Amino acid sequence: MAGGYKKRVIIEPVTRVEGHGKVSIYLDENNKVNQARLHIVEFRGFERFVQGRPFWEVPVLVQRLCGICPVSHHLCAAKAMDKIVGVDKLTPTGEKMRRLMHYGQTFQSHALHFFHLASPDLLFGFDAPVAKRNVIGVAAEYPELAVQGVMMRKYGQEVIRATAGKKIHGTGAIPGGINKNLTIAERDEFLADIDQMLEWCRGAVKVAKDYTVENLEKLAPFGSFDSNHVSLVREDGCMDLYDGVLRAIDAQGNIIFDGMDPQDYLQYIAEEVRDWSYMKFPFIKSIGPEDGWYRVGPLARVNACDFIDTPEAEAARKEFMAVTNGKPNNITMAYHWTRMIELLHAGEKIQELLHDKDLQGTDLVAKGKRRPEAAAILEAPRGTLFHHYRVNEDDQVTMANLIVSTTNNNEPMNRAVRKVAEDHISGVPEITEGLLNHIEVAIRAYDPCLSCATHALGKMPLEVVLRDAEGKVVDRKKTA
Amino acid sequence: MENETGDVLLIGYGNPGRLDDGLGPALAREIEKLDIPGVNVDADYQLNVEDAAEAARHHTVVFADADTGGPEPFWLKRIEPAGSGVSFSSHSVDPRAILALARDLFGAEPEAFLLGIRGYEFNGFGEGLSERAEANLAAAAKHLEEALRRGAIEEIRPEGWDHSRLRTGTESEDDR
Repeated sequence: MAGGYKKRVIIEPVTRVEGHGKVSIYLDENNKVNQARLHIVEFRGFERFVQGRPFWEVPVLVQRLCGICPVSHHLCAAKAMDKIVGVDKLTPTGEKMRRLMHYGQTFQSHALHFFHLASPDLLFGFDAPVAKRNVIGVAAEYPELAVQGVMMRKYGQEVIRATAGKKIHGTGAIPGGINKNLTIAERDEFLADIDQMLEWCRGAVKVAKDYTVENLEKLAPFGSFDSNHVSLVREDGCMDLYDGVLRAIDAQGNIIFDGMDPQDYLQYIAEEVRDWSYMKFPFIKSIGPEDGWYRVGPLARVNACDFIDTPEAEAARKEFMAVTNGKPNNITMAYHWTRMIELLHAGEKIQELLHDKDLQGTDLVAKGKRRPEAAAILEAPRGTLFHHYRVNEDDQVTMANLIVSTTNNNEPMNRAVRKVAEDHISGVPEITEGLLNHIEVAIRAYDPCLSCATHALGKMPLEVVLRDAEGKVVDRKKTA
Repeated sequence: MENETGDVLLIGYGNPGRLDDGLGPALAREIEKLDIPGVNVDADYQLNVEDAAEAARHHTVVFADADTGGPEPFWLKRIEPAGSGVSFSSHSVDPRAILALARDLFGAEPEAFLLGIRGYEFNGFGEGLSERAEANLAAAAKHLEEALRRGAIEEIRPEGWDHSRLRTGTESEDDR
């Protein structure tokens, strides 16, 4: 609790972060940072929204959660519903079509995140004028990079359209399988551009690597701290973004748990509620809430896996791990480098799948014996995503528990904000826009997924709550 | 690649799972059903950077979104490319920024309009539009259909027009 502070600086909205958030910085009378917190306006109502709905509708319904990663929710719910209908193994066509959809999602999301959100900070500096520090600024000075970002995002979106059926309310994945395969015409359209996409991916890895290495002295302490890392991996330890078992390592790389079946996640993960945030704070049960928090997402995935099964991404992973002599990398800004390694991996996976004839198979759906409860885990672009459901005998959902990537990264994002505030704002008499952007740069490394909010014209659902040192609300403002 | 298709692109955007926020996609669905020659229709949860590539391939672009407090039943306004000062997030990109990217990256300057349809219910999860939003949607769809068939889109500024409250920067300098 922040006691004894004198002034409060509030940054809102956090720009270039999906949805809406609020950062409160508590300063004492000497302008030293006393406390800093990231508040996220998250609507927990979605878990209620799906209750009472037929289970086969859920993979389509949950896409409404997020405008940026609807496919991740679609696929994670579908994986849970596979278990509900008693299917433990999909047909080859079903599995590979879903993977193609998922790698398309990862590809477009990572391209958007790096080129659209993060690159202005990297190319122009954290203190650059705000008017320049956006994708229009990138387009003006680095048009080739900007075009690459736009076209890679478009490519991934088209992969999603071809595998999910459409951009809104895609119905590609259904309990037990999928409802369409990939036509030869669709395949050939994607193959025509994949070499160009891979070339751009290689360039993106180089940009992220060179930037990180050249600025390591500045970046290493920026919003950084030691942490545990959690990620899905294949049973042999290979990176697997779609399916696998859960692994947790500590900051030195020691295994905390490994080979965890997604069905058993509640034995390993718990969620803590804090009175100042709408969001939950997950932690590893065996360690406890104080030290059991962890990071998810590209950095955690590259740190936790033993290898990557596509050659160019594996070579890039080895280069990355060499920086820390094979130990986990705990530099927050290294998220961007690992994100680009995953972009390359997704591109390689898309190429590999496009050459697989199983995508034109016609055995689309598997069948099994109904179960009342199931959980599934997926590696969404921003991190590990948990979906857990119970279904009654009338096929209605009676319980849903979702732990989204942003929730998993809640404590790390708060720590990153606090670290940057302490290092860059303490003792400074005037808070400049450039300094405020340092806070946002740290948040953008994780890119929280807050798209549960509406975005209609004139609508920005922000709320400002002012509390005194005792925690009493002294003011509350809500934008129109 | 400027004006490659030489026709009209309608992009309706919003979240159909958030009640009247789905007005944009609902309009896209209505216009798509009409199958008007030369009119391409797209729908998404929000605008994003790749829409610039698609916008650049068309002569005219109409962006359609729900409006929370504007005049009823809808308004239709010409918009121009703008970059500096325009809000950016991965959650949603301003339509004027889409036009700026189309211009700067693809050398295209399509004629562009923003269509705001008044909605009322935004604060819950749920599918379906409110009764009044449905009526506004019908009016907007009728007007747009006639304009598209006529081949001439013009601004509609109902009584009570006031852009000053809009926070997404959809107004141009002359409206401020």
